[in-house]
Amino acid sequence: MATKRTVDVALSTTGLDSQGRPQRVPLVTDESGNVTTMEAPPALEPELEGEHMLINLGPQHPATHGVLRLVLELDGETVVRCIPHVGYLHCGFEKMGEYRQYNQIIPWTDREDYLNSPGNNVAFALGAERLFGIECTERCKVLRVIAMEMSRIISHLVWLGTTCIDIGAFTPFLWSFQERENIYNLLEGWCGARLTTSLTRVGGMIADVPDGWVEGLKGFLQTFPKTIAEVDRMVTRNGIWVGRTIGIGAMSATEALNYGLSGPMARASGVAYDVRKDFPYLDYETYDFDVPVGTTGDVYDRFLVRMEELRQSVRILEQAVARLPDGPVNIDDPRIILPSKTKATTEMESMIHHFKVVMEGPRPPIGESYVAVESPKGEKGYYMVSDGTSKPVRWRIRPPSFLNLSAIPKMVEGHLLSDVIAINASIDIVMGEIDR
Amino acid sequence: MIEPAAVSQTVGPAPNAPAPKTPRNIPHRGGPANASAARIKEKFPSAFVRADVVWGETTVFVRPEAVFDVIQYLHDDPNEQYAYLSDVTCVEYRDLEQPLEVVWHLRSITWRAFIRIKAQLAKGARLSVKSVWPIYKGADWLERECYDMFGVEFDGHPDLRRILMWEQYKEGFPLRKDFPLRGRFSRAEQLRQALAANPEARYSMEELQIADAFEDLPSDMRKRLLGGEETGE
Repeated sequence: MATKRTVDVALSTTGLDSQGRPQRVPLVTDESGNVTTMEAPPALEPELEGEHMLINLGPQHPATHGVLRLVLELDGETVVRCIPHVGYLHCGFEKMGEYRQYNQIIPWTDREDYLNSPGNNVAFALGAERLFGIECTERCKVLRVIAMEMSRIISHLVWLGTTCIDIGAFTPFLWSFQERENIYNLLEGWCGARLTTSLTRVGGMIADVPDGWVEGLKGFLQTFPKTIAEVDRMVTRNGIWVGRTIGIGAMSATEALNYGLSGPMARASGVAYDVRKDFPYLDYETYDFDVPVGTTGDVYDRFLVRMEELRQSVRILEQAVARLPDGPVNIDDPRIILPSKTKATTEMESMIHHFKVVMEGPRPPIGESYVAVESPKGEKGYYMVSDGTSKPVRWRIRPPSFLNLSAIPKMVEGHLLSDVIAINASIDIVMGEIDR
Repeated sequence: MIEPAAVSQTVGPAPNAPAPKTPRNIPHRGGPANASAARIKEKFPSAFVRADVVWGETTVFVRPEAVFDVIQYLHDDPNEQYAYLSDVTCVEYRDLEQPLEVVWHLRSITWRAFIRIKAQLAKGARLSVKSVWPIYKGADWLERECYDMFGVEFDGHPDLRRILMWEQYKEGFPLRKDFPLRGRFSRAEQLRQALAANPEARYSMEELQIADAFEDLPSDMRKRLLGGEETGE
């Protein structure tokens, strides 16, 4: 039996009365005891269901992580269709690379996926070294592993902070950027640059790590897991976070494979594909680490996979620091590696080598190579074709974010407009890499 | 109420796949070839041109008209299972008489294998090859980029238009070797075109059909667009 009663707080305010106070809504309970309003409040807005709307998101929008433009067709608040537009940051890196020597291309690799500069430098050097038919020294290999894992941590931290902001949490952003600053300080100590590192050269590194640097890295490895644990405690079981991410933007394993997703995006969907495990480079098969694989492929799984990858990167870094051997970082080949400044100014032969390497550049034999590494975004490949001159005929970047983003129309279909922001954040795009 | 997404089957390497190992001492030419190359030769004798092993990577040259069938076979056959399309790209050589090459990089995650398929397109005729989009949805943007940068047309692609450059871009195909590094048009011409561009044409006509957006445009804009002005970005 329905009992009529009036409550003191206005639960669903239909408007203000003549004194400017909220109007009270009389409530009733039905047979099962649920409280409902007695009569439906008058419709304030016209019914929008079935009426389609054109929404333009970006290119200048902070939640699109760069200059990405999405043209959305909405039915009410539900996305019916999404048409992405990219290319606003197109710089023609591949075209410019055809006019540069191999070592001169390395600064471009800093600037495409700028959150992963050391990783790109290493990937490019590996590709060029295969084209030259050389192999870097043992110490160089371990230093490169350290560089790659450090850049993975940087990239995942930026992803974590910005995604938390997109979904509504501000504090993890500050924590993760604090830790990112520590890594940038280490990189600055190593090569002098923070963001655009240009850390490698064909056949070696720009420099060996300075004295005491490894101790700094060890200190970071001790404090960093505490930060991950703090973020984990704050976010992973947070009701708002879980509500905004579970079941959003899911891709099945076969879909993920077919759409060319890679990296954490594919692994969250259940594709156990990690270039470090399946097509190893730099002796990654000798490191002991696990590859997290998700089950449902939604935004929450991608978050969990990336959080676990942060912990695994710490494991790899600990092993790399422990095994760092002594020895030279550059290979011993005067046709490829520059002589030291002292030698170049005091010895005739070294001066000639210096001149030849700088003016003509090292020449690889005719051939081609495709070397892929596991960047924080996925399979990052450099495909280089040489015709025997010191400049590549073709330098191709295989961008993981480009393919990950190409699946966004499929992922956002049927979700709400606010979920588009969460899905877009979960892809971890860097427009510098997509547009190149 | 939160609906968890369906749990999907995990995809990964087969238990008897070869153990992963960092390649060492790779010879420039020769060395062990990917076994798929021999199977392609056996299966498609008329389409197979040659197979090269350069720096340990196997390249199979295939006639352009048969590329789709070869890749379909590589994708579907249980012994191959090249389920992952790493890349689609093109190579143009500095020697302008050499044909333009379209390159597909395929990975078999199941068998831990990598293969490169190449098709050579002769210059002077229409550069076209069949799209692999029906096999790999990931080929969509990769093929659009090849079209954008090299002018290679992929027959059967659902939406082949420029991707990195804007759709009204008139200077040609930037990664072709006959394209100058600074572009074809002068700065003055580029500026003139940018100023003359119709700001409403940032939406393609297809997008303007959404929710009658075209009807909401000012009448002069509608007239310009109906007069055949190019749209899209």
